[in-house]
Amino acid sequence: MKLKPNIATSEAGFIFNPATGDSFAANPLAADILARAKAGLDAAAIKADILTRYDVAPGQLEKDWDDLLAQLRDFNLLDGSGKWEAGSEEQAMGKAK
Amino acid sequence: MKQPYERPTLRKLTAGALHKFGPRAGAAPTTALDGVPVAELVARFGSPLFVLSERQLRRSYQAAVRAFGTRYPAVQLAWSYKTNYLNAVCRTFHQEGAWAEVVSGMELEKALLNGVPGPHILFNGPGKRRAELERACEVDAVIHLDNADELHLLLDVAVGRATRPRVALRVNLDAGIYPQWDRFGFNLENGEAWQALSRVVASGQLALVGLHCHIGTYVLQPKAYGTAATKLAAIALRCQRELHTAVQYLDLGGGFPSTNTLKGAYLPAADTVPPLDEYAETITNVLLGAGFPADELPLLVLEAGRALVDDAGSLIGSVLANKRLADGRRATILDFGVNLLFTSFWYDHHISPTREFSDHTEPTVLYGPLCMNIDQLRDSIALPLLAPGDTVVVHKVGAYNMSQWQQFINLRPNVVMVDEAGAVHLIRAAETLEYLQQLERVPAHLAGPRLSS
Repeated sequence: MKLKPNIATSEAGFIFNPATGDSFAANPLAADILARAKAGLDAAAIKADILTRYDVAPGQLEKDWDDLLAQLRDFNLLDGSGKWEAGSEEQAMGKAK
Repeated sequence: MKQPYERPTLRKLTAGALHKFGPRAGAAPTTALDGVPVAELVARFGSPLFVLSERQLRRSYQAAVRAFGTRYPAVQLAWSYKTNYLNAVCRTFHQEGAWAEVVSGMELEKALLNGVPGPHILFNGPGKRRAELERACEVDAVIHLDNADELHLLLDVAVGRATRPRVALRVNLDAGIYPQWDRFGFNLENGEAWQALSRVVASGQLALVGLHCHIGTYVLQPKAYGTAATKLAAIALRCQRELHTAVQYLDLGGGFPSTNTLKGAYLPAADTVPPLDEYAETITNVLLGAGFPADELPLLVLEAGRALVDDAGSLIGSVLANKRLADGRRATILDFGVNLLFTSFWYDHHISPTREFSDHTEPTVLYGPLCMNIDQLRDSIALPLLAPGDTVVVHKVGAYNMSQWQQFINLRPNVVMVDEAGAVHLIRAAETLEYLQQLERVPAHLAGPRLSS
């Protein structure tokens, strides 16, 4: 699974799905994660970078990461079946293997 | 130095119907209550924690006295004990000059222990027992008669007493609001009230001193009080004319709203609830023009509760966990639920974070910690991205929560009062399991270990 290729994102956190017309506001960290994912970084690299820059415990980040993926899936922004598969975070965030 | 973290989140943008109203995007944090930092209160007294402001209690009381007292020469507030009968709260109002309005023998004793003289206690309630009536007679409290059985029971209690018990008649009437509260007292329109008044006076055993009505709760129409005052004044004048008995006071009851927003209301209460001055203007205009001689105006008694205490109470709580529901909505679990915040069944309480967040909010369902499906505090509230351990403040919780709270699943927490100088006093200690169980008794055959088969 990965972010649908037609999803448009902006630096300010505006997300637009041209297929449905739905739009979303991402907070700064979510916008940053999506931008990095689109740039090709894998999940491990993005998380490692967040841990160095933000005051957050690894366990909290993992929990929030899962929640972000759940939101992406719920908002129909992920490519593929939309079915969550454990261990497929990197694919989900745009780096298909 | 690392940046402050706020969990990544998305919010779907939706266009609602156009209107000119709108709240600010982010909830303003409440970092202190009456000048005392929330973090300090939690560190000292734990979470959840009820916090009462003595300053606000006094302000609300004085505002009510001012609203009515500047319009009418004889006004007396009677503090409605059931609204919050913590002694520190009651005593604050009694220091300000409030009488006590009680609705049970327990509340009667509480008022006496709080130093209220018997004659300054108004005993309402629809279910008074014989022993309670005897006690009320003994301390010369005013008994507000609710029904014919109670009247006859009191007549029986009065036999042989040196002084006649003082009574007021509870009257229910059509004040033009729906639903009409007719379960308290004698009905006016069907003649029952007049019949009871005639019997009271004719008995010669009771001293009729007042007339009472209580038209409802959270009544948003001052005009309804005007109608009630008109009808009550008319009965008082008839009493004087036909029964040759001067009624000393007219008690318009309580029911005045606070500025909490009722569930389902389109606009916040601050925009829709009339100020107390409007109620005062309506009631006093009626009484001044009712036909009483200027030097024989009856005392106006008001049994304010919610309007006096709601604003003075706050509840601090903590986030225990966040989760996402099946439909994608965010849910936050707090360390207090409907066990402590009974009024969440009626109100959409204003809830604030206690630290700065970004302007990003997420529609959130707020749950309490109880393992019960009904334990939902708000079905949707825009809150910042709270994390476990963050604290929140629920505003205007002074009325009913500290008397209708429950020892259900969790014990009841500390309650503190911040005095006018900013000092914090513990006014009710957090309950313990020992306290909860002290009245329990275990039968002997259950006291030992489990029998083996």
